[in-house]
Amino acid sequence: MSSGIEAQVLQPYKYGFVTDIESETVPPGLSEDVIRLISQKKGEPAWMLDWRLKAYRNWLKMPEPHWANVQYGPVDYQAISYYAAPKQRPKLDSLDQVDPKLLETFEKLGIPIEERKRLAGVAVDAVFDSVSVATTFREELKKHGVIFCAISEAIREYPDLVRQYLGSVVPYNDNFFAALNSAVFTDGSFVYVPTGVRCPMELSTYFRINAESTGQFERTLIIADEGSHVSYLEGCSAPVRNENQLHAAVVELVALDRATIKYSTIQNWYPGDEEGRGGIYNFVTKRGACRGRASKISWTQVETGSAITWKYPGCILQGDDSIGEFYSVAVTNHRQQADTGTKMIHMGKNTRSTIVSKGISAGRGQNTYRGLVKILKGAEQARNYSQCDSMLIGDKCGAHTFPYIDVRNSSAIMEHEASTSKIGEDQIFYAKQRGLSAEDAVSMIVNGFCKEVFKELPMEFAVEAQRLLGISLEGSVG
Amino acid sequence: MTGNVLLQITDLHASVEGREILKGVDLTVKTGEVHAIMGPNGSGKSTLAQVLAGHPAYTVTAGQVLYEGKDLLAMAPEQRAREGVFLAFQYPVAIRGITNAYFLRAAVNAIRKHKGVEELGPVEFMDALEEKLKAIGWDSSYLTRPVNDGFSGGEKKRNEILQLAVLDPKLAILDETDSGLDIDALKTVAQTVDKLRRPDNATVLVTHYYRILTHIQPDVVHVLAAGRIVKSGGKDLALELEEKGYDWLRTEAAVA
Repeated sequence: MSSGIEAQVLQPYKYGFVTDIESETVPPGLSEDVIRLISQKKGEPAWMLDWRLKAYRNWLKMPEPHWANVQYGPVDYQAISYYAAPKQRPKLDSLDQVDPKLLETFEKLGIPIEERKRLAGVAVDAVFDSVSVATTFREELKKHGVIFCAISEAIREYPDLVRQYLGSVVPYNDNFFAALNSAVFTDGSFVYVPTGVRCPMELSTYFRINAESTGQFERTLIIADEGSHVSYLEGCSAPVRNENQLHAAVVELVALDRATIKYSTIQNWYPGDEEGRGGIYNFVTKRGACRGRASKISWTQVETGSAITWKYPGCILQGDDSIGEFYSVAVTNHRQQADTGTKMIHMGKNTRSTIVSKGISAGRGQNTYRGLVKILKGAEQARNYSQCDSMLIGDKCGAHTFPYIDVRNSSAIMEHEASTSKIGEDQIFYAKQRGLSAEDAVSMIVNGFCKEVFKELPMEFAVEAQRLLGISLEGSVG
Repeated sequence: MTGNVLLQITDLHASVEGREILKGVDLTVKTGEVHAIMGPNGSGKSTLAQVLAGHPAYTVTAGQVLYEGKDLLAMAPEQRAREGVFLAFQYPVAIRGITNAYFLRAAVNAIRKHKGVEELGPVEFMDALEEKLKAIGWDSSYLTRPVNDGFSGGEKKRNEILQLAVLDPKLAILDETDSGLDIDALKTVAQTVDKLRRPDNATVLVTHYYRILTHIQPDVVHVLAAGRIVKSGGKDLALELEEKGYDWLRTEAAVA
């Protein structure tokens, strides 16, 4: 390989600005008192606080997991501030009272939340550090019976629904990071789509970390009642900082009979600089339960940001004839590390799952696919199709694949395909000889590689994902 | 018919991995002309083609190449392409997941942008493309397939010629496009190249074999041996080579 393909320049992260806003931050450290304080700030009922404390006490006894194929120094959980909120708390139902600096921030991020500038057909919940600052189109959605609001609000307004489902897919003691999240989660989105309703617009949450030395611990809960349909998208970004900031989220999805949930993620947390300084630790637990018959949960993720990504959005296929899908593009450039994949647990009869994973490694990036497909005894005629493709750009990066398959019913049909390819100097030269720049050539080749995943994204976001991929790989080829 | 000088190569030396392959090539190509460059294996024919296109593996150690009076060697490969230099590759590269139509549009638009002409949208481009295909008598089945992916050797070569037709360069360099083609495919390819001949463009055909020259009349035939052009002549020279091989030239070159 000639040196051209390895040429590394500082990748300009375009969302790295800081919003200068006065915020109320709880001093660093974690204790029962801090949890009580968070719960009190949120005006939570006693059961919620009890649940948090139970999670915290469990967390204290749990070791931090280190089985992932990633390397990082020890995280000091007492050095993190667990709550940060812009001082001027807006009233959620009136955008007039939202601090203009916040409106400006989200507009800069391409997420206009002001009435006249809103994206047509997309309702947005904008979360800034530890709080939701605005949720658009709420009234419109309410007409259809769809509840879309901040989870802290849902805990107060719809306690029965939250109590019934919170922790029912990811229990408070599920794993180290989920337990931590359960203890300290601050905001996130709540969605409930009633029986038979097809949600009339895309729902989306944009998470922004702004404050220094804080962690973001959001919690999202989506419930699709019988025969309903909802498509939800989350996006995220953070300022450029030399420190590593922790983001430990939990997402729970519940699909009842014949319900469909489509969950898409465009993850663009600050990835750190070319030497691996700074960046977000993205340690996330996402799981969906296909609880009803013929229900369907589909995860699509485009992971371009974060210094370290550790996440395995999975599906528990409980209902007969239920379907789980996982489509993923994960990019690691410079010194980014990703260990990501999925878990498909087949419990019901005739359950089906599809896994399409595309890993792209450039610079000194390390990209690991880790996936589990488990077919339990009662899962007659279960089927899985898995496809894991890796693409390498340059010769200092790595791609790793760890597929785990556990079949306990002999009627299961499993297919697994895998490939590794490399963007070669020859491909680049060929494209250049036709007049394309190296960057355009790489972006074209990479987009071709990711096409099967991008076509699963809602139209408005597919374009954004392609653009983002181009930015993430900027400077990976000379 | 005398055109303007399009390409002027003077005393060109080039090496790969420290080994000198081209040892002083001189060549002048005018618009309206077709030049055939023949020669034995390892004589430097493909190296010459790659050097003209700017392949990074080759280092030019001496000499000059002027293209439309400008220093070609100072231009980046993509710049050369946008200025109208096209290389039909001996071994075309596959690009998975990208259709020929998409790739061609990206190439056409890169060139148009360079010229300051408005870029074509997908629909406009497809219209223009179909017209072009019709003019050269090709069907559109190639367009929806990924670039060279899963193509047979012959299909890849044909695809290079399709790109040539669509990009319509001023200087086309065909690196052994004829090898690996059966007689029918050779005929189609040669006829297409012939149809693209105009008074304002030129073609350099690198080939081992005489047979392509039965379809495309070259104005000049050159013999490249051991990194230099040792003999130039008309079409008869190609015929002579076909009959006598290259050995007699090697002796002649050694004497010279």
